[in-house]
Amino acid sequence: MSWLERNLRAVMLMDIVSGMFLALRYMARPKPTVNYPFEKGPLSPRFRGEHALRRYPNGEERCIACKLCEAICPAQAITIEAEPRDDGSRRTTRYDIDMVKCIYCGFCQEACPVDAIVEGPNFEFSTETRAELLYNKEKLLANGDRWEREIAKNLELDAPYR
Amino acid sequence: MTKIIIDGKEYDLDPNLTLLQACEAAGKEIPRFCFHERLSIAGNCRMCLVEVRMGGRPGPKPVASCAQQLRDLPPVKEGQPLHEIVTGSPTVKKAREGVMEFLLINHPLDCPICDQGGECDLQDQAMAYGHDKLERFKENKRAVTEKNMGPLVKTIMTRCIHCTRCVRFAAEVAGVDEIGAIGRGEDMEITTYLEKAVTSELSGNIIDLCPVGALTSKPYAFNARPWELKKIESIDVMDALGANIRIDARGREVMRILPRNNDDVNEEWISDKTRFVWDGLKRQRLDRPYVRKDGKLTEADWPEAFAAIAARFATTKPERMAAIVGDLADAESIKALKDLMTALGVVNLDCRQDGAKIGLAPDGTRGPRAGYLFNSGIASVEAADALLLIGTNPRMEAPVLNARIRKAWLRGNLNIARLGPPADLNYPVCELGNNPADLIAIADGRHAAFETLKSAKHPMLIIGMGALARPDGAAVLAACAKIASATGMIGPEGEAGWNGFNLLHTAAARVAALDLGFLPGQGGRDTAGIVAGAGKGEIDTLFLLGADEIDTRALGKAFVIYLGSHGDKGAHRADIILPGAAYTEKPGTYVNIEGRVQRANRASFPPGEAKEDWTILRALSEVLGRKLPYDSLAQLREAMASDAPHVAQLDKAPGFPPADPAIWRAIGTAGPIDNAHPFVYPISDFYLTNPIARASATLAECSRSSAGRPLASAAE
Repeated sequence: MSWLERNLRAVMLMDIVSGMFLALRYMARPKPTVNYPFEKGPLSPRFRGEHALRRYPNGEERCIACKLCEAICPAQAITIEAEPRDDGSRRTTRYDIDMVKCIYCGFCQEACPVDAIVEGPNFEFSTETRAELLYNKEKLLANGDRWEREIAKNLELDAPYR
Repeated sequence: MTKIIIDGKEYDLDPNLTLLQACEAAGKEIPRFCFHERLSIAGNCRMCLVEVRMGGRPGPKPVASCAQQLRDLPPVKEGQPLHEIVTGSPTVKKAREGVMEFLLINHPLDCPICDQGGECDLQDQAMAYGHDKLERFKENKRAVTEKNMGPLVKTIMTRCIHCTRCVRFAAEVAGVDEIGAIGRGEDMEITTYLEKAVTSELSGNIIDLCPVGALTSKPYAFNARPWELKKIESIDVMDALGANIRIDARGREVMRILPRNNDDVNEEWISDKTRFVWDGLKRQRLDRPYVRKDGKLTEADWPEAFAAIAARFATTKPERMAAIVGDLADAESIKALKDLMTALGVVNLDCRQDGAKIGLAPDGTRGPRAGYLFNSGIASVEAADALLLIGTNPRMEAPVLNARIRKAWLRGNLNIARLGPPADLNYPVCELGNNPADLIAIADGRHAAFETLKSAKHPMLIIGMGALARPDGAAVLAACAKIASATGMIGPEGEAGWNGFNLLHTAAARVAALDLGFLPGQGGRDTAGIVAGAGKGEIDTLFLLGADEIDTRALGKAFVIYLGSHGDKGAHRADIILPGAAYTEKPGTYVNIEGRVQRANRASFPPGEAKEDWTILRALSEVLGRKLPYDSLAQLREAMASDAPHVAQLDKAPGFPPADPAIWRAIGTAGPIDNAHPFVYPISDFYLTNPIARASATLAECSRSSAGRPLASAAE
């Protein structure tokens, strides 16, 4: 660039003008930000959010206490205790997930042979105290009941790729 | 020896080995479901197929390696290469994959809810030989109804692959023909025929034998997975055999107990009491000290309990104090209690709760060790050719030993006779009646049994506590010693020496306590004397180290200090309770009937404020101003070894003691035998013999279901 051109650009405030022009161009484009929490971005069916324990359509809990999720959990966030239920079936008496320890890797839902433990689409579960993040079976089953429609849809959408 | 090539390498092996064992000796692992070293060969799972190349040519078809011995192979022809076993060829792999496919046709895919999951032979082998590429079978899987096998064994018979290990175990080892197969082919079912519990004290072993999840442990059902369990090798205390066990614990909780292989002691079996006692470890526990105030036991802390003991001891003369050691105590706490009592000048000590007249020579000094051991050793039972049972029911007192006797009898040339009340032992026994005085007749050679024992090459006596725990027990013991020396049972008559004089104890702590001399000192009282003295007010203070089998209601006004783990009879009577550790919660030394010293390890911690027993005694000794000279377990063990040097030699049976006649004269006290009182077996209820077992709901259930049922009779 010649000396003349450089000085001319400086005198004409070309850098500012082109910068303003860029801003003008973006002003005309659609907005990439969303108005959270009133608007939310799209989520993949494979999104790994808050955990939930699912039930069968007849209301029977799916979890059979095989403890594979507990075994595979790399953060050792899952604690399970089991014993025979009165009808002789194998069920958990305790199913705890320490959501503070959890790293949301999704191994638990991969390991689950009955699609009982899943990571649902909910990512808005921040709490005010730490203790609220220690989930027990009741909380997880309640999550399952609350999110069942979304979870079932996501599993259906993802099924062809499994 | 036979020369054979296994996978290209030449070996020289015993021709009696099966091809499978030969491959194993060569370090090749052969998958198997039906084959088991300690059972007869069935050859029905076909998983152990190998290829045998004879004379350099491939064999016509794969061979089931478990069912063929090396000597079954045709002789190698002159000039031809040796036979070769191939374990890893594509043919073998394909054959095994075929077998696996057949096994899996009817095996349900319920691994996630199966208790065997994670330790299942079929699961492991399916990883190596299973394939999911070919989904050839669209038919429904076979479904089989569950069978009732009692309170211990849970059945899910759909999972059964018909290896028949359980059938063979019941018929061969346990000696009860109560499990069998009915139907053929796909309709084959393993059943107990009559839908009833297996009447064997060894029934739990079929759970270990089952290679799949068809037979699982009922009390352990769904409780834990094998990968979450911490596995601790330890020693059992339910009977005096000292079975080697593995304790599986999760966190601080014992989840199950399994046998450990030890050919010299328990092979790989354990009794149901040993296996299922673990739930007793969680119930009725003493978890804090208690002091009796105004007739009521109230919670206390350690200093308070110790102060109460110290106050009592300060005002009691040593000759008015006594201590009794219970059946489950470890050698360390026995030693600590003995040292403490000796320091206080107490001579009223005893470890023989049942009153057995053993351990003392006629003059009141300590008798020879051979006088209270199972001298031949447990494994040598298999070598015996004549056996006289005296007042003992080994099936109740040591079921695993009974299985060993049965094994010896099955081999053919063991002649078994019994002096005592009739009871089914799962092998035929020649009943000699129940006249204790017959022992003198046998010893004098006036009885037919004398000749049988005399003419046998390896004769053996097993003397039970039923014969010795009676007022004339010393005379019975002397008569037995006389039989032993008169029939040439002792001494170098066999090839490698032989000693067939065997005592069968019922208490795991007994031999260690006798070794450490926990016996009445000069002028001291024995158990009966202590209890009677307490009743009459001549004994003021009584220390019980887990002793619950004495008559605690006859203790009168005595001040009783109970150190133990469970709230049983002793704790109910106690004025001060010191909470100790159960056998799974402390590293302890136990000496079994044959004098083998074994160490148990800690699998979990005692509950609440309970502590290891020896540490309690050590702390108490300081409060009493008689500080014991050891601060650590290692120091205590050193002190123990200086007392009884053999207690430091781990896992070694003493072998046959010298045939010195003086030793055998010092056993028991010759005298008249009371014929009016026949022998009575010491164990009336196999499942409830100690405080831990009595706290177990599982064993209580067993006791209920076995009460009143006739025992199964011998299989053959």
